[in-house]
This record gives sequence, structure tokens and C-alpha cells, in this order.
Amino acid sequence: MIWIFDIIILVFLVITSIIALQVKDLLSAAMIFGVYSFLMCLLWAGMGAVDVAFTEAAVGAGVSAVFMISTVLRTDRRSSD
Amino acid sequence: MEFLEAISSKFNYWIYVIIMMIGLYAMVAKNNLVKKLIGMSIFQTALILFYVSIGYKENATIPILHHDQVHGAHHEEAGHDEDTDAHHDVEHAIEATAEEIHADAQNHAEEAGHEISHSDHGSLEINPNDFINPLPHVLMLTAIVVGVATLGVGLAITQKLYGEFGTIEESEIIQQIRDDK
Amino acid sequence: MKAIGFITVIITALLLLQAEKDFPNWGDPESPASSYRLSQHYITQTFPETTVPNMVTAVLADYRGYDTMFETVVIFTAGIAIIGILRVFGSSSQQEHKEPKLTTKKPDIIVATTCRLLLPIIQLFALYVVAHGHHSPGGGFQGGVIFGAGFILLALSRNLQSAQEWVPENRILNLAGIGIFIYAGFGVVALLSGGNFLDYGFLTKLLPGGVEDARSHSMLGVEIGVAFTVTAIMFSIYSNLASNGKMKEGI
Repeated sequence: MIWIFDIIILVFLVITSIIALQVKDLLSAAMIFGVYSFLMCLLWAGMGAVDVAFTEAAVGAGVSAVFMISTVLRTDRRSSD
Repeated sequence: MEFLEAISSKFNYWIYVIIMMIGLYAMVAKNNLVKKLIGMSIFQTALILFYVSIGYKENATIPILHHDQVHGAHHEEAGHDEDTDAHHDVEHAIEATAEEIHADAQNHAEEAGHEISHSDHGSLEINPNDFINPLPHVLMLTAIVVGVATLGVGLAITQKLYGEFGTIEESEIIQQIRDDK
Repeated sequence: MKAIGFITVIITALLLLQAEKDFPNWGDPESPASSYRLSQHYITQTFPETTVPNMVTAVLADYRGYDTMFETVVIFTAGIAIIGILRVFGSSSQQEHKEPKLTTKKPDIIVATTCRLLLPIIQLFALYVVAHGHHSPGGGFQGGVIFGAGFILLALSRNLQSAQEWVPENRILNLAGIGIFIYAGFGVVALLSGGNFLDYGFLTKLLPGGVEDARSHSMLGVEIGVAFTVTAIMFSIYSNLASNGKMKEGI
């Protein structure tokens, strides 16, 4: 496990999770959640959990983000906080 | 120096706790329902990250046996046994064409020294310290899929609430319920 | 509300960080989780007992098969619950609140053609992932999700109506039920052959090969059942969420 990549990806994880919760546009929040999911997948692949990384890549970025975007487009797109 | 060593060996656990607490705070304090669901998902994936990191071992490889190790043991069985099963016929056919793979596997085994044992009949010597623990991976596969199912149900309830009240902000929904009473 | 939440989160964070002083070092091979006897049994005995090189698939489908069966039931229940929450049958001409008007335009020809060319490749890859779960990372869930995502791509590149013609709703739910039936069926057949429920070693009377090969083959059959259910439920959840239950138009 390469230490430099580990630290960089962890720092990016914290940054994207804070940003996903702070933007006012819910479509952007769903997209950034997809990025968070992809970074998790990279981290697990680096740790040797290849099955878990495969599942998270398929489920997190492929299916979970699509569900959120379809809900956001069917309800309000702006949020007040 | 000891403090630096303590930080570098447990630094990852602190980050996991920070991400979990970000998700937990979003679930409690955000006003928008979709943000609450995003917070729930962040919390779940951070927890799965924590569990998966428990199974990690230094200088160990992924929990899938390599082709060379698997067919190295089969070559030994086909060489020592004398019966003519269909299984072993196929093995003999492959063996004639895969001599160099066998020689390669033997070279690797002699270098590594402890992964393949050629002395006993078809018993594969695997050192548990060479492979990452597969048990947390199995449990977390279930957790990921259950997480996406729960997210789907939460989003369906959000859409239904929007159809009823016209808004997905929690404070406005509570206000409308109070006014209706 | 925010202040209470903040204080609670800070207290929980401090408690968790306090507990981390006792954790073993990260990546230690001698930590209690890694030197646990059951983990070592799984690592060393998976190949001699089941002839499956992928340890995670073997533990998931054979040693912990009961968990996986109920996880499939959980996915199925979630799909049924979403149908119960959102689905409206029949035409309702009145709506309580204003729904956002989605601009329905014709499907773009570049997008539609590209997705039409990509879809067989996606489905082939999904079948490969299911079938190769024994030798590479993969298995039933991953292949099922990729297959379902292929259908979702079909519904996104054209509109939901044409995807519904290809994949009608009642057939999809039949497929989901058949998946769980296959899984439980393997267990009941093992029960009728004289062993415990989901004890694949007793299926040697029906499947060719010895005990280890029977376990490997029934693991494949069980993964196929899981893939059926996951495919069907992923597409069903998407079509319910995207059309708000009415199945008239998607996003």
C-alpha cells in the first residue's frame, strides 16, 4: 500500500464529503457523491479488497448516483441549506 | 519520535472517524431530505472502509489463489496418481503443452520457498500470512448491497413526500403538518 | 437543532478517538482479526475443500450461504417496498401539487446509436463477471448490477416507454422471484438428498464429479440465482423512481 496515495486519497475523501453536503444545487451534490464513491473504490483496491472495490464501483457510481439524480430531477433541484 | 510513530501507524483510523462524523452530522442537522440521505450513504461507506481496513496485512497479496499455484498442485497429482479419470486425461493433455508454465512455477516456488510444496500428494501449502483476511470483505459485500437497497427506499419516500407536501425541506414539512392540525 | 447535533457529534468523535488508542497498528499481521483461527481456516482450506481459487466468493456462496440468501431476500423486499410506496395503477387525471415539467424531447441520435452499440458489450461483460466469479473478482452481485445498469442505459438513451417494451414490468418481477427460488431450491434439494440445508456436498448424486466439484458447481448455480434477482430489482427500482410510479415518462 503506497503511503503517498493513501494519504492523498484520504484527504480528498474528506474534502469531497464536505463539499457534497454544502453545495446548494442538489444535482451537483449527487455528482460529487459519485466522485466520493469512486475514491472509496480506489482506496479499497489499494488495500487489496478487490471484490469490495468492484462492487462499490458498480453500485456506487453506476446505480446509486443514477437513483439520486432521478429523484432530484423529479423533485426540487435547489435546496435552502 | 514515538509520537510520530504513533501517528503514522494509526493515522488512518482518525480519518475514518472524521468521515463517519461528517456523515452523522449531515443526517442530524441538515434540513433537506436528499442531503440527509447523502449523509447516510457517506456514513455507511465510511463504516465499510473501517471494516475493510481491519483485514489488511502488510506485504500480503489479494485473497485469490494464483493460476500457477493452483495448477502447480494439479500437476503433482496428475504425475503421481495412476488412474485414468477423464479429469486427469484433460490434465495430461494440458500438461504436455504447459511444461514451461510448470517450470516457471517451480522457479517461482524455489525463489519464494514457502508457497508450493512438492513433497506431499496434492496438498497445497498456503501460508495464512501471505493473504489478506477474506472475512471482512465478505461481510462488507452484503453491507454495500443492503446500503443501496436502503437508499432506494429512502429516495422513494422522499418522492412521495414531495408529492404530498410540495417541498423536501424538513422544516417546511413540519410547519405544514402543524398548520393542518 | 444544529447545536445539539454538533455537540453530539463532537462527543461521539472524542469517544471514538479515545477508543482508538487500544487498536492494533494498521496492517499488523498479528492483530486479533488477522490471527483468528476461522480466517486462517478459510485461507488455507478453501482450495482443498471446494476447488475455487477466489476465497471471497467461496466464503460468500458456500461457507456463509445462508447470509447471502437472506441478503437477496432483502434486495427483493426493497424492490417490492418501492413498488408499494410509489406505484400508482390506473390513470389519475388530478395531481395535488405542481410537478416539475420535464421537457420531453426526441432521443438524440448520436446518444441513441452509441448506446445501442454498447449495450451487447455491457451485457456480455456482465455475463462474464458472473461466470468468472470463481477465478477473478466478481460473482453474482457485481454481474447482476452491471446487467441492470445496461437496462438503465437503454432507458436513459431512449425513453422509458421503449425500455418498457423490451423489459415489461411483470416479467421482470417474475425474474426476481425465480432468482430467489433457484437459491432456496439448491438448499432444499440438498435437504432432500440427505444433508443439511444448503450443504452442497450432498448434491454429488445430481452433479458430476466428487464432493469438491459439486460444491463448485452449485456455487455457480447459486450465483446465477442472485444475478437474476439483482438485475430485475435494479431496473425495477430505477423505473419506479424515474417515472414517479406512473410509468408514463422517464427523466
